[in-house]
Amino acid sequence: MDLQQQSKNIHLMWRAGFGPAAKDLEAVSKVSKKQLFGDMLKASSKPPEYIRVSTNTLDGLWKGILNEGKLQQLTKEQKQQIRKESREAIKNLNLRWLDEMVHSDAQLREKMAFFWHGHFANREINIFFQQKLLDIIRQNALGNFGDLLSEVSKSAAMLGFLNNQQNRKQSPNENFAREVMELFTMGRGNYTEKDIREAARAFTGWGFDLSGEFVFRKQFHDTGTKTIFNKTGNFDGDDVIRMLLENKQTAHFITEKVYRFFINDIADPAIVATLAARFYQSGYNISQLMTDIFTADWFYSNANTGVKIKSPVELLVGIRRILPMEFAQEEVQLLYQRLLGQMLFYPPNVAGWPGGRNWIDSSSLMYRLRLPQLLRDDEGFAAKPKDDDDVMMGQATQALQRGRINVNIDWEAYASYFKNTPRKDLALAITTSLLQGGKADLDLLAKYATDTDRESYIRSVTINLMSSPDYQLM
Amino acid sequence: MLIKRRQFIQTGSLATGTLFLPQFLKAFERPAMVPSGNKVVVVIQLSGGNDGLNTVIPYRDDNYYRMRPKLGIKKEEALKINDEAGLHPALPHLRTLHDAGHLGILNSVGYPNPDRSHFRSMDIWQSGSQSNEVLSTGWIGRYLDAQCAGCDKPTQALEVDDVLSLAMKGESQKGLAFRNPKNLYGSSQEKYFRELSALHNHQGNGQADYLYKTMADTISSADYIFQQSKLHPTSQQYPGSQLGQSLKTIASLIFSEINTKVYYVSLGSFDTHVNQDAQQKRLFKELNDALASFTTDLATNHRMEDVLIFSFSEFGRRVSQNASGGTDHGTANNMFLISGGLKKQGLINPMPDLQKLTDGDLQYNVDFKTVYATVLDKWLGADDEKILGARYEKLNFI
Repeated sequence: MDLQQQSKNIHLMWRAGFGPAAKDLEAVSKVSKKQLFGDMLKASSKPPEYIRVSTNTLDGLWKGILNEGKLQQLTKEQKQQIRKESREAIKNLNLRWLDEMVHSDAQLREKMAFFWHGHFANREINIFFQQKLLDIIRQNALGNFGDLLSEVSKSAAMLGFLNNQQNRKQSPNENFAREVMELFTMGRGNYTEKDIREAARAFTGWGFDLSGEFVFRKQFHDTGTKTIFNKTGNFDGDDVIRMLLENKQTAHFITEKVYRFFINDIADPAIVATLAARFYQSGYNISQLMTDIFTADWFYSNANTGVKIKSPVELLVGIRRILPMEFAQEEVQLLYQRLLGQMLFYPPNVAGWPGGRNWIDSSSLMYRLRLPQLLRDDEGFAAKPKDDDDVMMGQATQALQRGRINVNIDWEAYASYFKNTPRKDLALAITTSLLQGGKADLDLLAKYATDTDRESYIRSVTINLMSSPDYQLM
Repeated sequence: MLIKRRQFIQTGSLATGTLFLPQFLKAFERPAMVPSGNKVVVVIQLSGGNDGLNTVIPYRDDNYYRMRPKLGIKKEEALKINDEAGLHPALPHLRTLHDAGHLGILNSVGYPNPDRSHFRSMDIWQSGSQSNEVLSTGWIGRYLDAQCAGCDKPTQALEVDDVLSLAMKGESQKGLAFRNPKNLYGSSQEKYFRELSALHNHQGNGQADYLYKTMADTISSADYIFQQSKLHPTSQQYPGSQLGQSLKTIASLIFSEINTKVYYVSLGSFDTHVNQDAQQKRLFKELNDALASFTTDLATNHRMEDVLIFSFSEFGRRVSQNASGGTDHGTANNMFLISGGLKKQGLINPMPDLQKLTDGDLQYNVDFKTVYATVLDKWLGADDEKILGARYEKLNFI
């Protein structure tokens, strides 16, 4: 077995995806990293299927609104029902997307979509708008950044969330223009307040109708002359997007953020500059940027291995990939997300999840270390996430109850990947599969292992390795 | 000799020598166990947007009853504290505190360009940011950054909760969240965790070092908090509610020798869009009864002058009632300040002017960051300007 090759491949699987699946373990030491990445790229080339979770009731209600043409005519109770059903549907959207991350072969695309999900942070609670935004992100995840930016910016979810529906000639609302520049393209400090005011004027009239389609409401658009980035003209929203893409700072800002997300919290300025230049030259081809990264030698260096703290979603999905499992109650995964600080579709603010060491405090680390215990039959712990009044509407938050979580894990399938490993090498083989860097104190593992039979041994070593600070890293 | 040998040894081995000695001597100096001047802040977050107008009731204002024909608290039910304001009937202990000169009420607290989203407005309050700026650190976290660069125990700020709030997260320092110190690592794997932690030294600056250091700090802090919480178990009766039990834990720590300066607890949800009366009443009863035990406990132990309790909510609610027996998200709100060390008592500033509304909402008069600045500077002796990133005027309630 080529250990080094295996480590590099697992490193790639964690960064360009959500970690190795149990079924990958056997092949992972046999292919080259170049071939593996080629396979991943190919698996992600097919367009994804739309994830539709809206229920029949909700579809019916919404159709009624569309026919009536007015949201205002709904009774308060009907509006409340829509909001309530929408919230429930967003939970399903969360769980279905999580399943995609676990099971899809298009690991690179889902990982990339997960990155954009944080980049284009949005808490819209209308399920139709939210599932459409997710689709835009997944469709364009590896495509052209310009297309992605434009489609996201014209989505009902984003226009609504950033108040552009209220951005009108007579009373401009700068929120949308500000966030497009600060968070989506150039980053703070690369434009003036005047640029924002003028860009906001250009975006006036951008809105959406009830079906979530983009509409340009001419009567609200400011047709006067604007000066943005020292250029003067009668600009509209599309012009602003084009000007932002023409600016090399946008390529730099996106590349640096990609670098910090996929490679290392601390960016290497020289590498970022080279990657950004190529990204810009390619006309913002995301797939090429990722290929540049995942085929570079520096990506596989020790300095970039095992140095990223997994986000809560990466941790959860990673465990589910390597240990095939079924939850009796899938919703428990939503509680984990909230306890650990990352609930899909509910970013903490417009800037998304800050990541890195922000994931870790004494209590979140404790839950991370104790999470694998839940996979045992006889363990559990009680904990209650913070109330989120945007989600709960004043209802009490459900707590994680002590006791059985009812997870059904296919330990046999997992254990079978180590069937050719001699007993004395087992601990090391499991360690190498689970930990980046592959180091653990084997004496300690031995001390706390259950030695009654081979499967129990594999089970206890696996859970104890997952219950370590090292497993939080990738 | 009241100190048991077992406790003597545990305390001696867990705390430093210098910490141990005063503890030992102070056992003979009861009731003043801790030197006066050891100031502590207890923050009570009322989550969900508490309706301030039904908390401190302008019972003489016709506009109030005109806009809240059903939801308004009747004049005869309000617990009057002066000839214009009364407290919600479920808050009798706050009136007792008021009459003793231990309650201050700050009206019309808010910030410019208010946001009506719970998560965003709470973010603004917890981070202490402007409404058009996003910070990933909290104001108490940055207080820790400024105060505790070389602290030997990371227990200066404690939150009694399962999850740590943004308010408690600094750039390099973070507060600790726990519901029960005994359970911080208590599990069948506790021994494994302790051994795993002991195997690593945490000298480096890499991510693994950071994780192992957090783990080691958490284990030692948990031990420390647990030991401290047992030193002076309170004999005061507390209600069995979650807030009651949280304040009981906080009281036992305040009476110990722990170095904690800020405690943080939350109560909710105050998001009363429907049937506000019953929900607010239930929550206020929990607040009232827990505070009654807590402040009695503090007074018995002569710590009322050293402890400042303040409450806040991410926003108030709209002045007019809605059609579902509730109120919707609003803007400015009031804050309770409770301490034996207040320099201003009762209504610190005028009640909100219900004739001067902006689109049906109260206008803010006091930026909440001036309250933070006042507490940081005057109570905790910290550099408020550095922590808040701007200079704010100081108020005179302490």
